[in-house]
Amino acid sequence: MKRRHFIQKSTAATVLAGVGGLSLQSFSPSKTKKITILHTNDVHSHIDPFGPDDGRNANKGGVARRATLVESIRMENPNTLLLDAGDIFQGTPYFNYYGGELEFKLMSMLKYDVATIGNHDFDNGIDGLYAQVPHAKFEFVSANYDFTNTVMDTHVKPYKIIIKDGIKIGIFGLGIELDGLVNKDMYKETVYHNPIEIAQDMSRILKEEQSCDLVICLSHIGYYYKNSPDKVSDITLARATKDIDLIIGGHTHTFLPKPTIEKNSVGKNVLVNQVGCFGLYLGRIDFYFEPGKKVTAEGASIIV
Amino acid sequence: MTIKHILKLCLLLLIFSCASSNVSKIEGKRIAIDDSLKANQAIEDFILPYRLHVNKNMDSIISYAPETYSKSDGELNTAIGNLMADAVYSETNPVFNQRTQKNIDLVLLNHGGIRSIISKGNISIRTAYEIMPFENSVVVVAIKGTQMNDMMEYLSKAKRAHPVSYQLQLTLDQNAAVKSATVHGKPIDINKTYYVATNDYLYNGGDGMTFFHPNEGLYVLNYKIRDVLIDSFKKKDTLNPKQDQRFIKLED
Repeated sequence: MKRRHFIQKSTAATVLAGVGGLSLQSFSPSKTKKITILHTNDVHSHIDPFGPDDGRNANKGGVARRATLVESIRMENPNTLLLDAGDIFQGTPYFNYYGGELEFKLMSMLKYDVATIGNHDFDNGIDGLYAQVPHAKFEFVSANYDFTNTVMDTHVKPYKIIIKDGIKIGIFGLGIELDGLVNKDMYKETVYHNPIEIAQDMSRILKEEQSCDLVICLSHIGYYYKNSPDKVSDITLARATKDIDLIIGGHTHTFLPKPTIEKNSVGKNVLVNQVGCFGLYLGRIDFYFEPGKKVTAEGASIIV
Repeated sequence: MTIKHILKLCLLLLIFSCASSNVSKIEGKRIAIDDSLKANQAIEDFILPYRLHVNKNMDSIISYAPETYSKSDGELNTAIGNLMADAVYSETNPVFNQRTQKNIDLVLLNHGGIRSIISKGNISIRTAYEIMPFENSVVVVAIKGTQMNDMMEYLSKAKRAHPVSYQLQLTLDQNAAVKSATVHGKPIDINKTYYVATNDYLYNGGDGMTFFHPNEGLYVLNYKIRDVLIDSFKKKDTLNPKQDQRFIKLED
């Protein structure tokens, strides 16, 4: 038995060595690990649930209910990350009255790990965003916004690496082109770079240099633009890049009943997900890891 | 096997079991946030003082409406639309004049931008949020008289009560063609530059309004339409908007 076990491991390792993927991060043999990714996008200051008389979303949403759900999932699996894909601000009087303070404080109480920046997060200007940063106990990532010449410099990182149960997770952020969407007076000297080129760099850094087991793109560039299919979107991004496992999107308020599976530039599967807006849904993706197990050509089985 | 061999084996095993993990299975779904979930009490308690403050403020009474006003009250001009366009003029012209020493010639908003009725009774800050939930703000655009004529053409074809301020008098004939158009009582001069206040949505081509481009200047006032309404409401104990003759079509 022992010998057989050894042979299996040995074969797997050979395959892995062949593709150059030896890492010392994960270190509990023969145990399946599970990483749960929870996500929201475009919550737009919707703190209270919609009222019973709302024409479209009656009795839906609400941060306090989301907190209950997140808490129960964290109890079930402590190796859970909670992410937000931007447009945290703007949409209810809470934002007009408190400028985003309450949104950030509540997200901190829910123990969000990472968020990216949406166009509406500039609605009180970049100074208005900066003023709320002290209330956020989570981190901001954006790889294609260069904040060097703004007050947000050093407060937004291109990516964040989190290790859970020995699994190394790299999360990078992408934002939408601000010119034409946000007044220049608001975003000031924020410089926008092409998301696809940046994503190619980021996935190389995270996968090859940092040897991440999981690469997640937290995007606010929009799901897909049917009337201008060449416009950069999560779908075009998924197809044009490699080594991204999951794209969590926002901006287009797209209600996906389940994640979309796209093929990347080398024919491997990428998951793209977005959960509409206003905190009506929580997205949940569970990744199961087998240490050293040989991966088939088709990759992991995906159940959506 | 010698001790050496066993040690080598152990080393190999160690290396192999440290090999990077591979994703074997992925499950994805979305979970509805609805009333089947109990609210987290700590979060509720934290929100409460903020909610009470916002509601108290939102419900504070700032004016009174003697009637109910709706954007469907008239064919080409309505009391509520006239109120909004005139409020934009009276609240933003002082700001524009102070910055530029110029005056706004007229205001043009869009019918679809009136998002709610004004109900008879007390008017609160919440009323302004209902009428204008969006964050659009006022811009002033300098355009030529020729484009003013394009605007009149647009208004004649749109056949909707797009709100205009009182400085404009637009009369359509029985066939809905422009019969006369005056600003401050004078016909539109194609060589003159007009300063038109509108919202940033229309300036950017919303509702098919293409006549703001090209232009001779854009002045961004950073004054939200909603704040215009709130500031205007606060100045009047009782609103008294009227449908009038500023934009009409002659009948047979």
